[in-house]
Amino acid sequence: MTRHHGRGMASINYPIGMNLGGDPSQALVHANPDGKFTVALSAIDLGQGMKQVSRQIAAETLGVPIEDVYVDTADSDTGPHDMGSFASRGTHRVGNAVIVAAKEARGVLLEAAAEELEVNAEDLVTDGKGNIHVRGAASKTITVKAASQAAQFKQGKTIAGRGIFLIPLSNVSPETGEMSPVTAYAHACLVVDLEVCDETGDVKVNRMTSAYELGRALNPKMVEQQLVGGAWMGMSHALYETPEPYYPNPEHGGRDYNEYLMPGPGDIAPHDIAVLERPAPDGPFGGKGPGEMCANPVLPAVANAIFNAIGVRIDTLPITPEKILRALKAQGGARPQVRRA
Amino acid sequence: MARMPVQFRLNGSDRAVFVEPAETLLGTIRRGLGDFAPKFGCGQGTCGVCTVLVDGEPRLGCLTLSVTCEGRSIETASGLADGPTLHPLQAAFMEHFAAQCGFCTPGMLMAAKALLDRNPDPTRVEVVEAIAGNICRCTGYEPIINAILAAAQQRGARRA
Repeated sequence: MTRHHGRGMASINYPIGMNLGGDPSQALVHANPDGKFTVALSAIDLGQGMKQVSRQIAAETLGVPIEDVYVDTADSDTGPHDMGSFASRGTHRVGNAVIVAAKEARGVLLEAAAEELEVNAEDLVTDGKGNIHVRGAASKTITVKAASQAAQFKQGKTIAGRGIFLIPLSNVSPETGEMSPVTAYAHACLVVDLEVCDETGDVKVNRMTSAYELGRALNPKMVEQQLVGGAWMGMSHALYETPEPYYPNPEHGGRDYNEYLMPGPGDIAPHDIAVLERPAPDGPFGGKGPGEMCANPVLPAVANAIFNAIGVRIDTLPITPEKILRALKAQGGARPQVRRA
Repeated sequence: MARMPVQFRLNGSDRAVFVEPAETLLGTIRRGLGDFAPKFGCGQGTCGVCTVLVDGEPRLGCLTLSVTCEGRSIETASGLADGPTLHPLQAAFMEHFAAQCGFCTPGMLMAAKALLDRNPDPTRVEVVEAIAGNICRCTGYEPIINAILAAAQQRGARRA
C-alpha cells in the first residue's frame, strides 16, 4: 500500500449573471417618517449576504448611517421583480439596482432638506451620520429625520426611488455565433495538494491554495466566508456527493442522508486564500461577488491532482474510491507523474 | 395508544406535557412546547441539527423518545442567551462568521456547549470530534471550529 502525493491546479473565468432576458433586478427605496430607509427587494438572502451587501450599498449611496437602512427581501408578492439569487448575480445586479433607486431617493431627500433650509439642493451634502448640511457651512444643517418628517407631513413629498439594472440581451450572430453573454467576469486559480491510497482508493486533501479576483470585496469578511465554505463544497462535489453506487441496478441506490456522503469537520483541509481586488467598471462600487465560483475551481484541480498522483484521468464526478480503484486496475497500477517543487 | 404525561425541565423551566408513546423529543419541544430552536433536518440522526442537551449530554432530538426524558433537564439554543446578553458561544459564532444560512447553528451551538461544559480548554481535534455529528452545508466548518476555540479561550480568560 502506498499513498501517492499529487498536486493539481485549475484556473477559471467565471461569468457574473447570465444573458437571459437581460437578467434584470429591481429595487425600491423609501424613507420612513423617522428618517430611516427601507430597501424592498425580491432578491433572496440564503446566507450569502445579500441583505448586508444591499444595506451597505444603500447606506453609502444615500449618505446615511448603515443602522438607518432596513432591507426587506424575498417577498415576491410585495417586492419589485428580480430574476433571483443564482448565477452569482446578486451583488452585481441587485447592487446596481439599489444604487439607482437610492440615488433617486437621495435626490428627493436633498430637495426636501433644501426647502427647509431655504437653499439650493445642489449645495447640500450628507455627513453619513444622519445630517445634511450646506457644503462649506456645517452650521446650516438639518437632520435626515427632520427632512423626512418635513417631506412627509409638511411638503407632501415622497422620499423614494426606483431602480432597475438591465443588461440589454445579446443575440447570437447567425453568421459567426458571436455574442456577449455577460459584462463582468471573475477569475480564480486554485491549487490542491492531496494524497491517494492505491490500495483503498481513498483521497485525502491536504491543502488548498487559491487566489480569487472578484472585483472590490464590498464586505471582505463575508467574501472570505464564502470562499472558505464554497471550497469545502467544491471538495464535496469532487470527492463525496453521489447517490451511487447502486448494484445491480438503481433500485438499490441510496435513499436518504445516511447514504449520501459529505465531508465532515474532520475532513477539511487548510486553505490559504488571496483575494485580489480589481474593481469592476460596471459593478456596484466595483463589486462582482464570489458566488458559485468559490466551488468551481476545486473540482478540476482535484481531478488534476489525482492524475498527478497516480496517473489516471477520471472524468466523471465525484471521484470515488471505487472509480480510482477501477482505473488503477485498468492501468495496471499507479504511475505517479512528474511533480515540480 | 393513550398519551402519556411527561415532566422535565426545559431551559430551566419545569414543563409538563402529554405525549404519544412514540413521540420524539424534538417533536415535543417544537410542536408541544413551541421552542423552535432545535431544527428538524434528516429525521434519522445523520445531520445533527436537532442536537439538544439532556442532563448536559448532547442528544439527537429526532431519535430520542420524549418518554425517556421524564425528570431530566433539557437545554436548547433558546436557553443560551441571558436576556439580551449572548452566550459566549453565540457571540463567538457571530464574531467569527460561523453561520451563513444558520440552519445547523442551533445544533452546532449545543454540541459545542456540551464540549466546553465538560472540557473548558479543548484542543482543535477535540472540537472537531465534538461537532463530528453535525453537518454544515455553508461554512466549510473552519469558522465554526475557530469560533468554538475562541469562545473557550474567552471563557478561560474570564476565569483567570
